[in-house]
Amino acid sequence: MSEGIGARVLRKEDKRFITGKGRYTDDIIEQNQSYAAFVRSPHAHALIKSIDISAALALRGVETVLTGPELVADGIGNIICGWGVTQKDGSGMNMGAWSALATEKVRYVGDAIAIVVADTKSLARLAAEAVVVEYEELPVVVGSVEALTAGAPQIHENAPGNIVFDWEIGELALTDAAIAGAAHITEMDITNNRLSPNPMEPRSAIATFNEAEDHYTLYTTSQNPHVARLVLSAFYQVAPEHKLRVIAPDVGGGFGSKIYIYPEEIACLWASMKSGRSVKWTSDRTEAFLTDAHGRDHVSSAKIGFDEDGMIVGLKVNTKANLGAYMSLFSSAVPTYLYATLLSGQYNIANIYCDVQAVYTNTVPVDAYRGAGRPEACFLVERIMETAAREMGRDPAELRAKNFVKTFPHQTPVIMTYDSGDFATNQKQAQVAADIMGFPARKAEAARRGKLRGIGYSNYIEACGIAPSAAVGSLGAGVGLWESAEVRVNPVGSIEILTGSHSHGQGHETTFAQIVAERFDLAIENIKIVHGDTDKVQFGMGTYGSRSGAVGMSAIVKAMDKVEAKVKKIAAHVLEAGEDDIVIEGGAVKVAGTDKQMLWHEVGLAAYTAHNIPEGMEPGLKESAFYDPTNFTFPAGCYICEVEVDPETGVTQVVQFVASDDFGTIINPMIVEGQVHGGIAQGIGQAMLENVVYDKSGQQLSASYMDYTMPRADDLPNYSVYHASTTCPGNPLGIKGCGEAGAIGSPPAVINAITDAIGNNNLAMPATPSAVWSALQDVQSKLAAE
Amino acid sequence: MYETNYHKAASATDAASILDRAEDGQILAGGQTLLPTMKQRLADPTDLVDISAVADLKGITIAKSDGKLGGGETITIGAMTTHAQVAQNSKLAAVCPSICALAGNIGDPAVRHRGTIGGSLANNDPAADYPAAMLALGATIHTNSRDISASNYFTGMFSTDLDEHEIIISISFQAPASGGYCKFPNPASRYAMAGVFVAKMVDRSVCVAVTGAGEDGVFRHPGLEAALFADWSAQSLDDVSISPVGLLSDMHGDAVYRANLVKVMAKRALG
Repeated sequence: MSEGIGARVLRKEDKRFITGKGRYTDDIIEQNQSYAAFVRSPHAHALIKSIDISAALALRGVETVLTGPELVADGIGNIICGWGVTQKDGSGMNMGAWSALATEKVRYVGDAIAIVVADTKSLARLAAEAVVVEYEELPVVVGSVEALTAGAPQIHENAPGNIVFDWEIGELALTDAAIAGAAHITEMDITNNRLSPNPMEPRSAIATFNEAEDHYTLYTTSQNPHVARLVLSAFYQVAPEHKLRVIAPDVGGGFGSKIYIYPEEIACLWASMKSGRSVKWTSDRTEAFLTDAHGRDHVSSAKIGFDEDGMIVGLKVNTKANLGAYMSLFSSAVPTYLYATLLSGQYNIANIYCDVQAVYTNTVPVDAYRGAGRPEACFLVERIMETAAREMGRDPAELRAKNFVKTFPHQTPVIMTYDSGDFATNQKQAQVAADIMGFPARKAEAARRGKLRGIGYSNYIEACGIAPSAAVGSLGAGVGLWESAEVRVNPVGSIEILTGSHSHGQGHETTFAQIVAERFDLAIENIKIVHGDTDKVQFGMGTYGSRSGAVGMSAIVKAMDKVEAKVKKIAAHVLEAGEDDIVIEGGAVKVAGTDKQMLWHEVGLAAYTAHNIPEGMEPGLKESAFYDPTNFTFPAGCYICEVEVDPETGVTQVVQFVASDDFGTIINPMIVEGQVHGGIAQGIGQAMLENVVYDKSGQQLSASYMDYTMPRADDLPNYSVYHASTTCPGNPLGIKGCGEAGAIGSPPAVINAITDAIGNNNLAMPATPSAVWSALQDVQSKLAAE
Repeated sequence: MYETNYHKAASATDAASILDRAEDGQILAGGQTLLPTMKQRLADPTDLVDISAVADLKGITIAKSDGKLGGGETITIGAMTTHAQVAQNSKLAAVCPSICALAGNIGDPAVRHRGTIGGSLANNDPAADYPAAMLALGATIHTNSRDISASNYFTGMFSTDLDEHEIIISISFQAPASGGYCKFPNPASRYAMAGVFVAKMVDRSVCVAVTGAGEDGVFRHPGLEAALFADWSAQSLDDVSISPVGLLSDMHGDAVYRANLVKVMAKRALG
C-alpha cells in the first residue's frame, strides 16, 4: 500500500497550515469576548506591600481586576509539581508555594500579581498599567551556584539554602573506588546553557463559564488537554472535571513549554466565573520570554576513569540544576530521572554515581524543553568522552566504539535497561557518509583559505516512549503514562481515530492515518484523526517525550486489533467461512483462496444495520484501548559535525552535518527527517546561538529577538540524514521515537568540532563568534608564553 | 500600542506646523524603529506626522564633478529615500558603489523598502550603518532650517544636533575617489557590532568612521586614518592598534572583541 507504513506521504494537515487556514486559540472569538492582561512584577524578588486597583477599575470598559488574596480566598489551589523526588536522606522535596497570582512576595520578573479583564485587549493592558503595586525590593540571586552559597537571598521559606532537593543515583563508594584505580582520569566542568522555548505560536487561553449550564470551556495552547483538565480540577479546584471541557485546537509548536498548566489559564477560568464573561488572553513575545518555562541550565562537574586498555571504569557527576523561582509541573523529573538515568550513554559502564542539587533562583521556572534532561546527559557524556580521547591520544570514534554496549538487553547502573540497538552500525554509517577519510584533505584545503576546520562526534542515546506507568509511579510520578485510543469505523466504512496524543507540529493526522491505512488496506483519505478535545476523546496523556509513536500509536494498534477481530467475525458470518480464512486487502474483506468477499464499507454497514451479524454480537464497529508501555524505548545514533572557523572573527560555520539514527520502525520517512532537521537546528541553536542571559538584578537581558539568537536558515547547513534501525522489541510497531533526538545529539557534536578546530577544549555553549575568538586568543597567548 | 493621532503631511512645512501644534508629536519616516518601539509601549507620542507622501523629500540627484579623475560628484539623497532605492540606484552605483552596498545590507527586504536614510540619521542608533558613511564621507545634513555637517551632527547614542521638531530634508556628500563599508552583524539583531566605512576623497584625505562599537555612537578612528593615508591597503592596518577603551561590552562581545572587529572590518572594507 503506497500510503502505509514507510511511505513518504505528504502531510494532510499542511493544506490548512500552508494556506493560513489553521485554527489556533487566538483565532477563536467567543460571544461577548473580554480580554485579559496581567499585572506582572518588574522586580525579580520583592515583597508586595500594597496593590491599588482603583484607577484601573475606574477606566470605562474595565470589567474586573482580581488579585492573589481573592484567588486564595476562593479556594484556588497552588500550582503543583507532578513528580515527587525523594532526597538522599529519604525526605521529600522542599517545595515552596506557587499561587497563580502572587500574594505576599514576587520571585521573578514576570511573576503575575493581578488579572485585568476589559472589553478590549488594548484597554486591558492600559488598565494593567494603571494598577499601582508598592514593592519592597529584596536581594536577588539568578545562578544556581550563587544561590547555594552561604548568605544567598532566601527565596522560599521552606527551602533552606534554596535547595529544592539533594538527590542521588548510583553507588558512590563503588564509583569512587573504580575511578581511584583508573589508569587515566578526565575531569571537566560542564555548563548546559539556559534556553527559551520560543514556539512560533505564543501561549493563549480562552476561558468561558456558562452560568446557566454551570459549565466551563477552556481553549488553550496545550500539548496535553486531558492532563490540563485533570490538574485544573483535581488540584486547582477551578472547576469540577465533568464540568470542564478543555480544547487544544491547532497548536503552533510546544517543545515542552505547553505541557504545563500556567497561572494564566487558571486565572482566566477563575476570572470568567467571577465576571460572567468569556476571558481571552494571548501572550505577546515579551511575555513568552518572561513566563514560558525555560529549559536546561545545569552546572556540572564530571570525572571519568579508564583502564589501560581505554575501557571506562567509572563516571561520577555532580550537577546543580537551576529550577527557577517555582517548581513547574515536571521540573523535578527533568534533572533527575530524565537526566541521570542516561549518563551511561551508549557505553558499558559498571559504576556510575550522580548527585543533583536542584535550586531555587529568581528566574523563570525551568522545566522540560525538547529532550528534557537527555540533552544535558548526552552533552556531558559526549564532551567528556571526546576530551578523554584527546587527552589519551586515542581516536575519539575508536574509544567510543570500544566501550559500546554490544549485547541487549543491557542493564545500566542507573535504572535503564537498554532493549536494542546497534551503535557500531550507526557510527560506521555516519563515518562513511561523512567521508571521515577525506577530512585531513578538507582541513588542509580550508587552511589554504585561512579557515580552521574541525570535526566532532556525538554518539547519543536517549529514552523515549515515556513511560511504563508502574515504573514511573515507583520513582515518584503523579500520573500514569499510558495512552488511549478509539477506532470508529463508520457505517460507510470511513474511519475516525480518536487519540489522546496531541499534534502541535508532529504530523499525527498523517502518520496515525498511515498505520490505519496499512492495517485495513485503505486510502488515508478515508481516515480522520481526532485529538485535542476532552469532550471527544475519552482520555489521553498527551504528546511529549517522543511518546506519540511508541505509546500513542500502540494504543491505536490495540484498538485496531479489536476492530479487525470483529470485522473478521462479521465477514465470516456473512460469507459463511471460518474466521481464520478471512483476509483484509484491497478495500475488501475476503475469504482467502476464493472469490467470496465483502467490500470494506459493506462490513461497516452490516455492523450498523445489524440485520445479519453473529448471534449475540453487539451492533456497531467501534473499539477503544489503553496501552501502557513495558519499557522506555531507546533511540540512538551517531552525529558527525564539521565546522570551519574564521580565526579573525571567530565566526563558525557548520559546513557538514551527518546523522545516522536508529528510530526503530519509521512510519513516514519524510516526517521523521523533518523532525531530525528541526531537532538539529535547535541543537545547533543551543550550541552556537541561543542563550538566556540575566543581569544581577534578575532582569532578562535576552528577552527579545534583538538579543536572543534564534537559528536562521543561513546559520544552518544542509543535513545528511540516514537511518540504520533496529526494531524496538517493546511495542507492537517496533517504534523508538524521533522527536527529540536531533536536539539531544547535536550540541556535543558541534562543540567537539569547534574545539577540535581551534585547539582549545575550554569552550562553553553558546559558541558565539566572540566566545570562539576569545578561546582562540587564549590558545595564542598560551603558545606565545611557551 | 497606545492610542495616537495620525497625520499625513503634505509638505515638510506642513509637517513642521503639525508638530508645533501637537502636545508630543513625532515625525514618522519609514517607521522601522519607531513603530516597533510604540508596539512595545516604549514610546507614546500623542501625534504621529507621516511624511511618506512628501514628494520633495524623495529621490537621488548627482551633480557632475569639475572634471577631476574619479569621484567628486555631489550626491544628494532625499531624506525619505528608502534603503532599497539607494541600493538599487544604478547612477549612484556608478559614482559611489559603497553607499549602495551599505544600503543593500541594512536589515531585511521589508526594512529596506520602508526604512529611510533620513529616519536612520534622525534616530542615530549606535549600531546603524548610515552614520558611519555620513561621517566618513563628510556629508552635510540639510534640514528645514539649516545645514549641519556630519562631524557636528552625531552627538552620542540616539542623540543628534537636531532641534526638537527640526526635520531632515536631504543629505549631500561628495563621491569619494575610493570607499568601502564592512560590518560584523550582531548574531541576533544583525545590526552592526562593528561597522567600518573607509573613504579616500578626491583631495586624497582619508576618513574612517566606525559604527556599532562605540559607547557614544559613531566615531572616527585617527589611527586607521593615518595608516590608510600613508598607504591605502589592508596590509597597512596590520600594525594599527585599536584601543578597547570607549568601546561597548555586552552579551554578544566585550570591548576587546569589538576592538578586534573594528580592525578586521576596516581591512575587509578595503575590499
